[in-house]
Amino acid sequence: MSMPAETLDDKAGGAALSTAPASSRRLHVAIFAATAILVLAAPWMVYPVFAMKVLCFALFACAFNLLLGYGGLLSFGHAMFFGLAAYVSAHLAKVGAFTLSFGRFGAFEVALPPLTPELAILCGTAVAALLGLGVGLLAIRRQGIYFAMITLAIAQMIYFFSLQAPFTGGEDGIQAVPRGELFGVLPLSSDINLYYVVAAIFMGGLLLIYRIVHSPFGQVLRAIRDNEQRAISLGYDVNRYKLMVFTLSATLAGLAGATKAIVFQLASLSDVHWTMSGEVVLMTLVGGMGTIFGPIIGALVIVSMQNYLAFIGAWVSVVQGCIFVLCVLLFREGIVGVIAKWLRRPL
Amino acid sequence: MFELIGVTPQALFGQLLLGLINGSFYAMLSLGLAIIFGLLNIINFTHGAQYMMGAFVAWMLLKFLGLNYWWALILAPVIVGATGVLIERFLISRLYNLDHLYGLLLTFGLALIIQGVFRNQYGSSGLPYEIPEILQGGHNLGFMFLPNYRGWVVVFSLVVCIATWLVIEKTRLGAYLRAATENATLVGAFGVNVPRLITLTYGFGVGLAALAGVLAAPIYSVNPNMGADLIIVVFAVVVIGGMGSILGSILTGFGLGLVEGLTKVFYPEAAATVIFIIMVIVLLIKPAGLFGRTA
Repeated sequence: MSMPAETLDDKAGGAALSTAPASSRRLHVAIFAATAILVLAAPWMVYPVFAMKVLCFALFACAFNLLLGYGGLLSFGHAMFFGLAAYVSAHLAKVGAFTLSFGRFGAFEVALPPLTPELAILCGTAVAALLGLGVGLLAIRRQGIYFAMITLAIAQMIYFFSLQAPFTGGEDGIQAVPRGELFGVLPLSSDINLYYVVAAIFMGGLLLIYRIVHSPFGQVLRAIRDNEQRAISLGYDVNRYKLMVFTLSATLAGLAGATKAIVFQLASLSDVHWTMSGEVVLMTLVGGMGTIFGPIIGALVIVSMQNYLAFIGAWVSVVQGCIFVLCVLLFREGIVGVIAKWLRRPL
Repeated sequence: MFELIGVTPQALFGQLLLGLINGSFYAMLSLGLAIIFGLLNIINFTHGAQYMMGAFVAWMLLKFLGLNYWWALILAPVIVGATGVLIERFLISRLYNLDHLYGLLLTFGLALIIQGVFRNQYGSSGLPYEIPEILQGGHNLGFMFLPNYRGWVVVFSLVVCIATWLVIEKTRLGAYLRAATENATLVGAFGVNVPRLITLTYGFGVGLAALAGVLAAPIYSVNPNMGADLIIVVFAVVVIGGMGSILGSILTGFGLGLVEGLTKVFYPEAAATVIFIIMVIVLLIKPAGLFGRTA
C-alpha cells in the first residue's frame, strides 16, 4: 500500500536530532556521571547479582539498539550472539580444551587449560564478532521484514547447533562455570569484586556505543536509516556500513552474553532461544529505541519485572506480550524517548 | 537400488510422506503469510499461534460440543478467522501508516499472549485428537504402507492451495485483491471498499493457518507450542520462495517438506536445520528468493 510511511525514526523520540550540540553534550556528560554514580552505588542498594543481571542485559539491549535504533535494522535473532558467546566463554572458563572438527578431514585438538575469566569473555566476544560478520553478510542482502525473518531463521539454526553440539551439554547447558580469578590475581567468587568488573565492562560498552553513535560513522548510519536511496546517491557504500554496524552490535551482544555466563556460572539453551531475541527487542522498545540511555531503563524494567513477578510463573510471557502490544500501539517512543521529547534534547 | 543406498523403501517413502505432510503445512502457512503480506504489508508473527488455535478449536469443538472432525474442518477456520478479523480491525489497522516493523512487533506480542494463555490453561504436554473413523487404517502400496489420514492431508491441502490460487487469479474478488496489492489508493478510488478487503484478507489468511492446524491435530498432538517453532521454519520457507508469487509459495512449501523428509533418511542430524541451510544458500545465489520479485 502506498501510504505515507512513518519511519522508525519519527517515532524514535530524540534520535531525530542528529549531532549533539554543546548543550546536549553537557547533558549527556551529566547523565553519564549520574549513571556511573548509580552503577557504583548499586551493590549497596540492591542484591549485587540482580544488579549484575541488569547490567548484562542493559549492555545487550544497548548493543541491539545500536543496530535497530541507529541502523534501522530489526534483527530478530540477536540471542544467537548473546547465547553463543555465553557458551564459548563458559566452556573456555570451565574446560578450556576444544576440538575443531573438519568432518572427514580429521580434527584438530587444542589442548588449553581452563582460561581466566577475562580471556574467556574475550574469546566468547570474538566468536560472536565472527558470527556477526558471517550473519551480517547474509542478512544485509535483504531489507525490512525479510531482514528480521532471516536473522530469526539463522538464530534458530544456531539454537539447534547449541542443542546438538557436543560441548554445550544439550538440555542441561554448561553449569557450574568457575568464576575464576581476574588476570589470575583477583578472585571473582566474591560478588562485590565481580560486580565492579561487570560494571567496568558495562560502562566501557556504553561509552563505546556513545562514541560510535556520535562519530561520522554514526552520522552516515543515521542517514542510511532515514533514507537509504539518498545515502546511496551521495556515494556511500551502504552495505559496508550496515555490515559494520551489524558486526559491532553482534560483538557487543556477545560481550554481554559472555559476561553473563561468568556471572551466573551458566550458559543454557534459553540464552539462544528466540524468546531471548524477543526480550531484547522488548527492552529496547520499552526504554526507547534510538536513544542512548533508553535500553538501560528498558532492561531495568523488564529484568525487575521478571524478578518480582516470578511468582506468576508462566504468565510472565503473557505479561510481556501485553507490554509489547501496548508499547507498539500507544507508547512507541519508550520511556526515555518521551523524556527526550519533553526535554527537546536527544538522550 | 535400496540396498545400495542402505535404506529400506519403507523408511524412505515413509519419511517422504511425512515430508510431504510437513510441506503441505509449510505451503498453507506461507501462502497465508504471502497473501497477508501482499495487501497489509505486515509479516504476521501470530500465524503460528493461529495455526495452534485451529488445532485447539477442533479439540474444543469435539470435547465441549461433540462436533466431529468434519465440522471442525469448516468451523475452526471460521472461528479463528473471526478472531483474526477482530485483531485486524482493532489492533493491526492502527499501524498502517507506520513502519512495517511495528506490525511484526505487534503480532509477535500477540503470539506471546495467545501461546502463553493456552500454555497456562492446557500445559505443554499436548492433548490427543483421534483420527476420524473413515480415515483410520491404511493401504499397502507394495513399496510402502500409506496411512489413509496422511494421504488425505496431502491431497486435501493441495486442493485448498490450488483453490486459493484459482480464487486469487481467476475471480473478480481475486482481481480486486491483486489490484489492491499493487495500488490500494487507486482501487479505493474505483469504489472498492479497501479497508474491508484488507480485513477479509487477514481473516482469510488466518483461517488458512487454522485449517492447517485442524489437519495437523490428529498427526501431532494438540499442543500450545506446536506453532511457535513451526512459524520460524515457515519464515525461512518464505525467504527461500519469496512472497511475490502464490504458486511459488505453494511449490516451495511442498518442495522443502520433501527435502526435509529426505534429510531425515540420509542425514538425520541435519533434519532440523536443512531448511535454514537452504535459505542461506538461496540468499547467496538468488537473494530475492526463488520466485521473488526484487523489491
